Amino acid sequence: MSQVTLHKVVKNYDETPAVRGIDLDIADKEFVVLVGPSGCGKSTTLRMIAGLEDITDGEIVIGGDVVNDVPPKDRDIAMVFQNYALYPHMTVFENMSFGLRLKRVPKDEIRQRVESAARILDISELLDRKPKQLSGGQRQRVAMGRAIVRDPKVFLFDEPLSNLDAKLRVQMRTEIKKVHQKVRTTTVYVTHDQVEAMTLADRVVVMNAGLIEQVGTPNELYHHPRTRFVAGFIGSPAMNFVPCRLEEASGALRILLPGGHAFPVPAERTERYRRHAGSADLVFGLRPEHVTETHRNVEPNQEAFEVTLEVTEPMGMETLVYFQLDGAEVCGRVNPAAGAEAGQPMTLLADLNHMHLIDGTSGLVL
Amino acid sequence: MTATATFEKDRRDRGGPTRPVRHGSMSRDRKRALFWSYFFLILFVIFFLTPPIYMFITSLKSSTEIAGATNPWWVFDPTLANYEALLTSSEFLTFILNSAMVSVLVVSITMVVSVMAAFALSRMRFWGSATLATGIFLCYLIPETLLFIPLFKMFAVVNEFTGIQLLNKWYVLVLVYPTLTVPFCTWIMIGYFASIPKELDEAALIDGATYLQTLTKIFIPVALPGIIAATIFAFTVSWAQFLYPLAFTTSSDQLVLPVGIVTTLIKGDVYNWGQIMTGALIAAAPPLVIYAFLMDYYIAGLTAGATKG
Repeated sequence: MSQVTLHKVVKNYDETPAVRGIDLDIADKEFVVLVGPSGCGKSTTLRMIAGLEDITDGEIVIGGDVVNDVPPKDRDIAMVFQNYALYPHMTVFENMSFGLRLKRVPKDEIRQRVESAARILDISELLDRKPKQLSGGQRQRVAMGRAIVRDPKVFLFDEPLSNLDAKLRVQMRTEIKKVHQKVRTTTVYVTHDQVEAMTLADRVVVMNAGLIEQVGTPNELYHHPRTRFVAGFIGSPAMNFVPCRLEEASGALRILLPGGHAFPVPAERTERYRRHAGSADLVFGLRPEHVTETHRNVEPNQEAFEVTLEVTEPMGMETLVYFQLDGAEVCGRVNPAAGAEAGQPMTLLADLNHMHLIDGTSGLVL
Repeated sequence: MTATATFEKDRRDRGGPTRPVRHGSMSRDRKRALFWSYFFLILFVIFFLTPPIYMFITSLKSSTEIAGATNPWWVFDPTLANYEALLTSSEFLTFILNSAMVSVLVVSITMVVSVMAAFALSRMRFWGSATLATGIFLCYLIPETLLFIPLFKMFAVVNEFTGIQLLNKWYVLVLVYPTLTVPFCTWIMIGYFASIPKELDEAALIDGATYLQTLTKIFIPVALPGIIAATIFAFTVSWAQFLYPLAFTTSSDQLVLPVGIVTTLIKGDVYNWGQIMTGALIAAAPPLVIYAFLMDYYIAGLTAGATKG
């Protein structure tokens, strides 16, 4: 069993806090992705699990043992780095077997383990090459192979795809997922790319400014973000935010934007929001996919409104439209056939079944 | 539509330029740059090759011909007598042997010390490591012309207290030369190690390598070009060193090549030019051979890709 537990882990660089006391439980065989903007402490957290950074305070437990003072080699982990960190003077075989050779594993076993890892990653024919003869994607496979061969308790990935071009990144993403399905090992994966986080993770850990904002499955984070930060970070294009007031009129609630636009709150949410009625310090959040063109059968809680488009971005399967809504820039996703054109007025439909209401001061989703 | 028009349209559809393309706009600039590069390169070659050529020509002349008022750039009566005289003189062979032993030992000591020092200073972060690294470089800035006087004094003190005589022993040069070679080589190696990405030692650390294994199995192979550059430097310095052996060694069986040639081939005001030139030429050969062999390896190492794609 190889769970990883972080208990009130703190990391300060001199006096600057990088990680400010985080708690995290990672289950055996789970694929957890740490995601957040640069400087949020996600890489530092990973490096503390690896043992490459000392921890200032708290406790890290791997497989039941507190490893605070255990050197990296005795933690039974393997790490894949952003720049691959392959040993340039060694062949692929030597790179993958380096750790085993240091541990004086018998030669036959080394060969067998390297070959089986090479088969998983489809790099069997590259074993005699040097890293400089490989492409970026192949190098990253070798780096993963080096990790798999050691059969560790935990895999650590530090932004492994950031050096690859966009197309290869998507391909390798699938590859990593496949490998994890074959070699079921507890995995901690760090990235700043929320798409990578959503697609790979069993659970995503969103970090910001040295703290964990929210932990949850990709769907939980997408549909039920707990804070404005998570709501804005997960999803692309990002969620639209417009400052608003909540008003009650004859039992029903409605959202009032600063420029006079008003949207009715769905009846089933009235109870949830009622105690914030009259509050002016609120933020109305709606994802671009819930701002669409009007169509014939408008469902309940969908409200039409008219705007003048500023920019349109045709993506092929959809067109992104940008416009000003009461002082805030808002993005919508419309059908390419809807005839969206920059500079032209357009009637759009807001689907309030998917709205979010955020406390402007605390940043919490209500 | 004509064929040309179709072609033009096709080109525009592929995102090509809509106006006719002029070729070779850079060529006149490039020609001028090439002309001046070659001009200065040839000038440098002439400047630097003239002395060795002159040495070679003179080494093939007899003393009579050198003394005679003939064209100094031409050999009218070539002879190998100078080479024969030097290579059969046991004194001259002793100089070569002394030089070789001193250089090989100095290079070995220097490389062991400076590679380990550079690894420690660049990778094991410890209190004062940055200051120490700068301090080492400052050591290199002290010229040997200043160092040899206190060193001489130190030898005298050692002799006074222990009775050990350090003067006039060739092997003492092995202790003295590293004062010149170690600081610079350490500095080169610190620079080279700094160019090795941090992730490489972290990967080795996770793979279970100790510091010594990281050094021997990762850093030394990866930094081989830097090590070769430092080795060439250390060898050149110790092979050509003149001041220290002149100050610290006197009897002819302890002399190294550069000092030996000067002290034994100039007797009073009699200069044996033919043999001096021959000796200098023979002395210049080993560095030349080493450069010729290691340069290929050196450049091959420099072009190797380390991490990124």
